[in-house]
Amino acid sequence: LRAFISEDNEGRHLLIHKDKLTEYMISNKYQPAVIFITSLLALALLFWVADPALIVNGILLGFVFALGAIGLSLIYGILKFAHMAHGDFMTFGAYLAFFVVSTIFGNKIIDSDGIGPFTFDYPILIAIPISMIIVGLVSVLLDFVIYRRLRMKRSNVVVMSMASLGVAIALRAVVRMLWGTQPEHYPRVSKMFYQLPLEIRIPPDNIFVAAISIILVIGLYFFLKKTRAGKAMRATSDNPDLAKACGINTERVVQGTWFLGSAMAATAGVLLAISQAQLLPFMGWKLIIPLFAAVILGGIGSPMGALIGALIVGLAMEVSTGFISPAYKPAIAFLILLLVLIVRPQGIIKSGN
Amino acid sequence: MDISNVLIYLSGFIILAGIYGIFSLGLNVHWGFTGLFNIGVAGFFALGAYTAAILTSQTPDPQLFEDHLFGGNLAQLLDFGFDFWFFVGLAASAIVCAVAALIVGVITLRLRDDYLAISTLGIAEGVRLTFLNESWLANGNRGLYRIPKFLGDLVSPSNYDLLYALTVLLVLAVLYFIIQRAVNSPWGRVLRAIREDEMTAAASGKNVARFKIEAFMLGAAVMGVGGAVYTHGVRFIDPFAFEPFMGTFVIWVMLIIGGSGRNIGAILGAFIVWGIWSGTQFIPGSGGEARFLHFDLANIRYFLIGTLLIITILIKPDGVIGEFARIHTAIRRLRYRNLEHNPEED
Repeated sequence: LRAFISEDNEGRHLLIHKDKLTEYMISNKYQPAVIFITSLLALALLFWVADPALIVNGILLGFVFALGAIGLSLIYGILKFAHMAHGDFMTFGAYLAFFVVSTIFGNKIIDSDGIGPFTFDYPILIAIPISMIIVGLVSVLLDFVIYRRLRMKRSNVVVMSMASLGVAIALRAVVRMLWGTQPEHYPRVSKMFYQLPLEIRIPPDNIFVAAISIILVIGLYFFLKKTRAGKAMRATSDNPDLAKACGINTERVVQGTWFLGSAMAATAGVLLAISQAQLLPFMGWKLIIPLFAAVILGGIGSPMGALIGALIVGLAMEVSTGFISPAYKPAIAFLILLLVLIVRPQGIIKSGN
Repeated sequence: MDISNVLIYLSGFIILAGIYGIFSLGLNVHWGFTGLFNIGVAGFFALGAYTAAILTSQTPDPQLFEDHLFGGNLAQLLDFGFDFWFFVGLAASAIVCAVAALIVGVITLRLRDDYLAISTLGIAEGVRLTFLNESWLANGNRGLYRIPKFLGDLVSPSNYDLLYALTVLLVLAVLYFIIQRAVNSPWGRVLRAIREDEMTAAASGKNVARFKIEAFMLGAAVMGVGGAVYTHGVRFIDPFAFEPFMGTFVIWVMLIIGGSGRNIGAILGAFIVWGIWSGTQFIPGSGGEARFLHFDLANIRYFLIGTLLIITILIKPDGVIGEFARIHTAIRRLRYRNLEHNPEED
């Protein structure tokens, strides 16, 4: 192909036209289809280059990131500042679920066989909504105490980001004070991995994680597109002043965003803890760079974009371990982030106006 | 209580508070004067510290320095009468950090504020990961030890801390005067103009990108010096010292609490926060098995630092020394007046 392009004048001409066509299509309504096809092609290319097991792991890792990235993208899109405490909301959610399971239900070890192929039992399914609601309410409270006052002072977004750093530090300290710094885990039973051809092994829990994140992305997509509240959110995201002028209660929208975004962070934290099989006070903070990479790659404010971005980041991080030391996995996420910021800062999916 | 014990404690305190004061000064050039949201201080911290450590503690020629193969005090061999290598280390750290800042700045300084923050955070983590994993470079996670004492053979070991505390204060004072001169020059006025309104600065014919990069380099060089002073102060460094909390966020809290935009405030903030931080290190942890309400009080210091940052931002955004508050409000008033005249500008 390369020879064809460099030698044949005619061919090069054709290619230029193709470029224009792609640009036109990307800027237009065919966008999702184009992205879908390109990602399929990229995936096919990846399967050719890299170890298939790494690719499958990468996709599963991407689904774990996706849950956190969706909430972060929502908050980033509507509140317009980089929410540095998102990872720690995840940690907090995971530990709250741990509290529900181990202290309220009081089971530290599972005596049953767990649900179906999964390593956990029903208490965790009750713990997830409880933790979602509590983390959501905490974030609304924090907004009331901190961010609302900064908004009223018309503070710079950077100052809000800095305040969220303070929240991140304080929240992590709370987790460390309440639950200590030693690794914990949910009560679990060991289960067989799914064996696929090509030596691919999938932990059943990750299927659960992927299913939940797909459901949440689709749910959020339709919520934003179809419901009144979702439309109000998008309007506020586009132009807060205009939205206010149209009679939208923007403060209510902001509170809703906090609740929704943080509740998703809590879910993400629990699922992260399930898929890693351990809880640590630092586990959420460590994800902050991959999460931001996914959000910015996908385009701020777009749940679908966050999912695609997270999948790409997860894939890149896993596949990179085939070539360089796994210790550099976080750096790969950061390199993607830097590349996107330089080449296409608006992300692959522009948030639709 | 013995007076010499107090002196030893005090000099230990001054060493670390002074070192953090240097970082706070450097960050003040970035954030306080230019408005660059750099949350990757730890990256420059690590670069400066490792540069100084590698330069001063490893022998370039095993034949010549056979007795000191594993990092003796090179100053003893050089007959300069004073510790030459310490200053070489300081200068080299500053240069390395300035060059790194140039590279990083060219890539990231044209980004939006929040993107710049995430990028610098990532770069700092990248630097830390490199030092952690490339064991040929700096002994990986085992860290570098046997870093020589500055003027170590001049005084007895029990008085060494006092000597080093004076050194730190001297370096801090020199940097303070350099930065003070820089920011009070016309160059510094341009930086403040960029901080307040980038568009206006550009419209006045200032090359905003260039000034930003220069400020980024100056601040990074100061942080590099801080790293070098840190290296000789603790004389043992490993990558865990440069994690985001101790490497970046504590310094941010210091700057914000002390008062960004004012050098003396930056130094004061470092001493206040380090006082709180080291004053709470004696709070005992409960230990034992981690369950709910394990209530490990030892971690309350982190909580304190985080909440202090939030409270300062909310209640006293100009920090303890808020001299710039007057100017800020004047500018804000001016802006609002303009807004009243032509509201479509907002």
